[in-house]
Amino acid sequence: MTDLLITNARLLDPATGLDAQGSLLIRDGRIASLTGAPAEGVPTLDAGGACLAPGLVDMRASLGEPGAEHRETIASAARAAAAGGITTLCALPDTSPVLDDAALIHFVARQGEATGSLTIHPFGAATRGLQGKEISEFGLLREAGAVAFTDAGRAIASPRTMRLALGYARAFGTFIIQHPEEPTLAAGGVATEGELATRLGLPGIPMLAESMMVARDIALARLSGGHVHFSRVSTGAALDLIRAAKAEGLRVTCDTAPPYFDLNETAITGYRSYAKLSPPLRPESERLAVAAALADGTIDAVVSDHQPRDADDKRLPFLQAEAGGAGLATLLSVTLARYHGGDVTLLEALALLTCKPAKLLGIEAGALKEGAAADLMLFDLRRGWQVKDGQLPGKAQNTPFDGRALEGKVLATFKAGRKVFGA
Amino acid sequence: MSFSYPILPEGHLLAIEGLEPPHIQALLDLAESYALLNRQGKTQRDLLKGRTLINLFFEDSTRTRTSFELAGKRLGADVINMSVAQSSVNKGETLLDTASTLNAMNTDLLVVRHAQSGAPALLAQKVSAAVINAGDGTHEHPTQALLDALTIRRHKGDLHGLVVAICGDITYSRVARSNIHLLSAMGAEVRLIAPPTLLPTDVDRLGVTVFHDMRKGLAGADVVMMLRLQKERMAGGLIPSAREFFRFYGLDHEKLSYAKPDAIVMHPGPMNRGIEIDSAVADDPTRSVIGEQVEMGVAMRMAVLDVLARNLRRNA
Repeated sequence: MTDLLITNARLLDPATGLDAQGSLLIRDGRIASLTGAPAEGVPTLDAGGACLAPGLVDMRASLGEPGAEHRETIASAARAAAAGGITTLCALPDTSPVLDDAALIHFVARQGEATGSLTIHPFGAATRGLQGKEISEFGLLREAGAVAFTDAGRAIASPRTMRLALGYARAFGTFIIQHPEEPTLAAGGVATEGELATRLGLPGIPMLAESMMVARDIALARLSGGHVHFSRVSTGAALDLIRAAKAEGLRVTCDTAPPYFDLNETAITGYRSYAKLSPPLRPESERLAVAAALADGTIDAVVSDHQPRDADDKRLPFLQAEAGGAGLATLLSVTLARYHGGDVTLLEALALLTCKPAKLLGIEAGALKEGAAADLMLFDLRRGWQVKDGQLPGKAQNTPFDGRALEGKVLATFKAGRKVFGA
Repeated sequence: MSFSYPILPEGHLLAIEGLEPPHIQALLDLAESYALLNRQGKTQRDLLKGRTLINLFFEDSTRTRTSFELAGKRLGADVINMSVAQSSVNKGETLLDTASTLNAMNTDLLVVRHAQSGAPALLAQKVSAAVINAGDGTHEHPTQALLDALTIRRHKGDLHGLVVAICGDITYSRVARSNIHLLSAMGAEVRLIAPPTLLPTDVDRLGVTVFHDMRKGLAGADVVMMLRLQKERMAGGLIPSAREFFRFYGLDHEKLSYAKPDAIVMHPGPMNRGIEIDSAVADDPTRSVIGEQVEMGVAMRMAVLDVLARNLRRNA
């Protein structure tokens, strides 16, 4: 039985707008009271004025398991997630084997439970084997626990397949997550097409590859009545299309990841393969557009897009190095930089990491609600730290933020009332 | 020749971009003196005596490798050629494994050609030797641009104010990139002539003027620099056919007549005769300096090896 009284905390709940000094009582691993109810005999933790918020809901991460355990396992990812304040996470299906079978969805969810610190909601493969041809068994996968469907880092290229997927998903109250990149325009590219790629002699991907796919899929959402979610949107043009689609009332949502509002393409100068990401980092104009879309609500969630890679994947000539960055441990702090920079309020920043993705996914998480599981994150809004590869929690050390000084740090993470990270 | 300050202070020659004009000038001056010595048949075999130079070629190249080999030998270095077949093992492993092997061999000077942009820069981080980029992917080929500048200087004097037209497959050309950086830095006016499918995005932001019409681009040019068109460009659909390319972008005497009457014609080799250049132009002794480029290549590489060896001594 997990009972705890956390006192002297700044309670933050973006779901209700709560921002007040107070205490939170946990009974049997659930939030029992936010109103300072008497709690005799319950151990007390003095938060020392730190912020207490819902545990984060990360709606996009690769875990390496099954199939790439040398990069990351579910257990090691769970350690990194706990250190980053993440208590709920959606796992991508691009594992080996691919998550296109109910038994595999069960397996991944169970491995999450076994960590005791992380709830994993797997995404099912949108098409069998991520081949982009036949849609997978959405109904059976949904029953097994898949919350949405995606071909992960691959775009669903065929308009017909996408139309069918969007339509069929409606029957099961779920949606399709698209990697917004037109694959023939992007073929072979490793950087955003433009002056920098030209100088470095790297094959480029035109930014149009993103907005073109977004435009197509918005039209297909209109046609099918389905819900499309664009993941890691990174260009102003695509965000403008999404903004307009939302205004039109279409079922269109999107997320982005911290590199796209914190870094720009100059991070790859010197062929820094740790900054090789998919989609590639963009010019500063696009970073500003992403930051603006966080502020005006066009973006529904911020995701870690955790992509574990080991040194052998990265210490290669840029073209050959694998794309992807570790993101679990830095998700909160880099997002808080938008708050510290004055773009968004603290509750808005937290909403993008908690109640908004939870609502989108239709899951119980990301709120300080009496009766809900006590998945909590205690953090110091002002504490500074520096990202250093080699010193990140978990296995994956391939951070694109190496050397970045950040403000705001997780002090402790609680899963169902039990402390899973922190002193 | 002595310098009052170190040339190439970072200890490698990885790219032209970032080099300061005085450094380029000093390298060209030194190469000029080696060109003279070479013509006189004199050698300086004590300069790199006891130094090991390794030609590490991940891509085939007879011309560049031979040029570095000759340059090293004329300065007295022990020269070893290593050709690493791309097709064999995992390419990335080869690169870093090779780096540790080379460190164990106490290599002083490492000449690297690689199909991937940035590979020499990656190696430079891992080896103790001075690294010379002999061509990396579609990034740079710095010694080619230096030898081109040396050749131009011998015919035209100062590079400043010259009009240089670079023509052909710019997108995939490391030679073009290095030449753009070098010639712009030295005050020449650089024009690029190519169809849009063979021009990299935003290349105009490198300080060049872009032409799609070859005759317009050649008007008033002092130097016409042709590039090799790789056969793969046609397979990739970037141009429809060789004959169409030759018709609109191949250099013949008719198109050359739009340049200045004394304009020189250059090509980094190997040439595709009848595709980017007509034999009548390539073999015209009054216009073509293609043979001289090869000669200057050796002198230029001697200068680069000399300068980097001085840095090795300074840092020893």
